[in-house]
Amino acid sequence: MSASAIALPIIFGLIAAGSAIGFFAGARYKMDLEQWTVAARGFGVVFVWLLMAGEVYTTFSFLGASGWAYSKGGPTLYILAYLALGYVVSYYYLPQMWEIGKRHGLQTTSDFFTLRYRSRHLGAFVALVSVVFMIPYLQLQLTGLGIIVEVASFEGIGRTTAMLISGALIAVFVFMSGMRAVAWVSVLKDFLLLGSAIAIGIGVPTVWFGGIGPMFAALARAHPAHLVMPGSTQTMGHAWFISTVLLTSVGFYMWPHTLAAVFSAKSGETVRRNAVAMPLYSLSLAFVFFVGFAAVIAVPHLADSNLALLTVVRKTFPPWFLGIIGGAGALTAMVPGAIIILTASTLFAKNFYRPLFAPAMSDDQVARLARILVVIVTAIALYLSIHNSPTLVALLLIGYAGVTQFFPGIILGLYSRRVSRAGVFSGMAVGVAAVAFLMLTKRDPFLGVNAGFVALCLNFVVTVVISGLIPASGEAEVLEAPLADFRVPPPLRSRSDIVDLLLEERGDR
Amino acid sequence: MKPPPLITLLFGLIPFTAMCFSVSLWDRVHPIVLGLPFNLFWLILWTALTPLFMWCALRIERRSRG
Repeated sequence: MSASAIALPIIFGLIAAGSAIGFFAGARYKMDLEQWTVAARGFGVVFVWLLMAGEVYTTFSFLGASGWAYSKGGPTLYILAYLALGYVVSYYYLPQMWEIGKRHGLQTTSDFFTLRYRSRHLGAFVALVSVVFMIPYLQLQLTGLGIIVEVASFEGIGRTTAMLISGALIAVFVFMSGMRAVAWVSVLKDFLLLGSAIAIGIGVPTVWFGGIGPMFAALARAHPAHLVMPGSTQTMGHAWFISTVLLTSVGFYMWPHTLAAVFSAKSGETVRRNAVAMPLYSLSLAFVFFVGFAAVIAVPHLADSNLALLTVVRKTFPPWFLGIIGGAGALTAMVPGAIIILTASTLFAKNFYRPLFAPAMSDDQVARLARILVVIVTAIALYLSIHNSPTLVALLLIGYAGVTQFFPGIILGLYSRRVSRAGVFSGMAVGVAAVAFLMLTKRDPFLGVNAGFVALCLNFVVTVVISGLIPASGEAEVLEAPLADFRVPPPLRSRSDIVDLLLEERGDR
Repeated sequence: MKPPPLITLLFGLIPFTAMCFSVSLWDRVHPIVLGLPFNLFWLILWTALTPLFMWCALRIERRSRG
């Protein structure tokens, strides 16, 4: 029996098991849109913890972090710093966000902007920017999944076919799951991932070097510069590190889908406790770093650094083990992949297209549009992942540079009555334009500083200056207003909403 | 909205200073601690310490709200 004939069935078996869990967990509950997106805000602390962990720890941390440790070295350490500090930052505004979300039935970042600044146009703009910058994030998941299939088949399945398979897998998964289902799959995935990470983080250095200490001793002798910044890069020094950690820790919860997970918590206190405890989970990431660093000596000269972790695992362990790692990795890509596709499609239909172009659209029509968008969004990301292959970390950083531009509008919107619609609108526009310009003209890092951070600073300045010139008029009332006055119009809550349409084909109702 | 008490901000600034702003002080290979390069050891140490500081912030905030 060939090695790939052992590894591949195990991977697909785990994918099937994950999908089945999602399917049955989802089918037990009657779902309206609120149930589906935020699971009725009824999760307790352990469950929310798993849910948040499941969404935040993605293909990026598994294949991306190890790939960067392999190819770039020292600069990869920004990941350890930003994970812990992202939670620190969240402590100071997420409980307040949760409170507003609870009071006004918010589901996404875009809803917050619509509500807080009383402008559907601003909400629509946020929705559009969210969707655009979720595409690289989705591309990351698809690329990761494709890599797993490719390596586990021992290159028997080529890159393009592997990508197409992974696109199909995620699309099927999307039509089977909602938030509660995703939470259960996350449970399986989290345990598998944690177990795998520890096993290979200790196993790989032990097999090749006789331990983690000897491995770093060997690296410190052979490639001492690789272990510190700027590592094996020219531009990623300390200024880059500081600006990137600031950008990403501040942008941690700016993703529409991570914020949706926050709204699903039971209380503001749960959110606060999470902010305190979550950094501990990210400690497991150190093991992934070990694998990436071991690969520097064990499997040198790989053309594609994204392959580092799986290639070294394949060379170190028997095929069944590669199968388990691959399966865990596949679920890790599918869960967030599904969430991103669902969020992006609904966001575009509900918060962008309807308010701007078709206010008279019925919920059914919105749902139908969202369904078409699922296919379009997946196709765009699939096209991008087949036709170019940047590192997984680079993809995530592009996304962060974009979504972090919401931060000034959120933090100032929560705590200041002076910030105005005009200010936030122009600040965000300048920020997004700066990101696009610097990224597309390959000016990232810009003078040694992360381009997204440069854009964020411009954004803050413009927001504050324009808010001074064109002051707010009564927009901030919502912060203290009684419940009923400012509900986000119009929430999709009927039985005939998107989820029901998605579930229809399963014939369970 | 009511922001968290100002003093809690101080507790958040400590891990921020340790893991972000002070990078040029700890970004080095030697001394190797517990087999890890110093920068990696430092970040792991502070990832573990961060919840402690935030827990203090949480205690203070709870007390201030009564």
